[in-house]
Amino acid sequence: MDKKVKVYSTPACPWCIRAKQFLKDNSIIFEDIDVSTDQSAGEEMVKKSGQMGVPVLDIEGEIITGFDKEKIKQSLGLL
Amino acid sequence: MLDLIIIGAGPAGITATVYAARKRMDLLVITSDIGGQAAWSGDIENYTGYQFISGPELVLKFEEHMRKYGSALKESEKVTNVEKINERIVVRTDKGTYEAKTAIIASGKRSRELAVSGEKEFKNKGISYCATCDGPLFSGKDVAIIGGGNSALDAALQLIKIAQRVYIINNTAGLGGDAVMREKVSQDSQVVIFNNSKVSAVTGGNFISGLRFEKEGRQEELAVQGIFVEIGLVPNSEFATGLEKNVQGEIKVNCYNQTNISGVFAAGDVTDVPEKQIIIAAGEGAKAALGAFRYIAQNKFLS
Repeated sequence: MDKKVKVYSTPACPWCIRAKQFLKDNSIIFEDIDVSTDQSAGEEMVKKSGQMGVPVLDIEGEIITGFDKEKIKQSLGLL
Repeated sequence: MLDLIIIGAGPAGITATVYAARKRMDLLVITSDIGGQAAWSGDIENYTGYQFISGPELVLKFEEHMRKYGSALKESEKVTNVEKINERIVVRTDKGTYEAKTAIIASGKRSRELAVSGEKEFKNKGISYCATCDGPLFSGKDVAIIGGGNSALDAALQLIKIAQRVYIINNTAGLGGDAVMREKVSQDSQVVIFNNSKVSAVTGGNFISGLRFEKEGRQEELAVQGIFVEIGLVPNSEFATGLEKNVQGEIKVNCYNQTNISGVFAAGDVTDVPEKQIIIAAGEGAKAALGAFRYIAQNKFLS
């Protein structure tokens, strides 16, 4: 079964763009949450990750901070 | 043995890779990331051929161009040492050791850090080096920008739209940067400027709650939820211990991009070349690759 993936990001952050591109390249469907326009989502992101840097990925409850390709691959079972 | 190892994959390293690959050089690229500072640039309007392109988009085009040639690429790898041993250039990283006839160092620059207590533990917990990226998370909060040049002014103009109060802590007598930006920032009612001021500590619990600074001999405190550090750049040249550098730590090169060690070339913002621009870094990368190619043709190497 596909895992539910959320990406918390801001429009101009390069690692956010790369993280989302990586998911697209691997045909992963994700919810794209822009924390620059949705303040409550921003607060949710800070609470989940314990920090304020973007991007943050929520992969079925597993929180990954930054564009950590290896962790993302592992979490999604991509080889 | 490889012909060439390219260290870094910003505009200089990527362009060097394209040129070297087209010369059919046997090469390896080692880099911590793709795009370097260009990936963090906002709007670019002075890269010929593009009247307007964003930093991340231009980097994507660079990367596609580089990958077209299929050169070996090691990402997320940090170079720890470069030296010449018996006519071979030996590059050591946190993951291995590689040898080649030549090397091009194109490792660029990074944001300068404050070097005060609290900075490391509060990184991403209120301290940011990218107002464009992290600014939106400080909506309605009080923030401080450290610095007084163009990048500090640019951060201030972005944060005025998001944050409540914007403090600027500048260690010189008055703000620098472009006059137009300086006037906009100084005249904004949300902005409070402290000149002749030097940050001494960042404080907080789980996240930052404030900072301490020294102004003309007095200790002052400010309650802020965000700190944006914009105090310039430092070259990523620490690993190149055997190379001649200027006082800023930039690697010295001649007009052929040669360093003081024959066979070791350098290009882009990590060097002492005047003017740090994406298009200049790219051009320097091309020169360095052609220089390395010529060096191999003119010298004998034992297999």
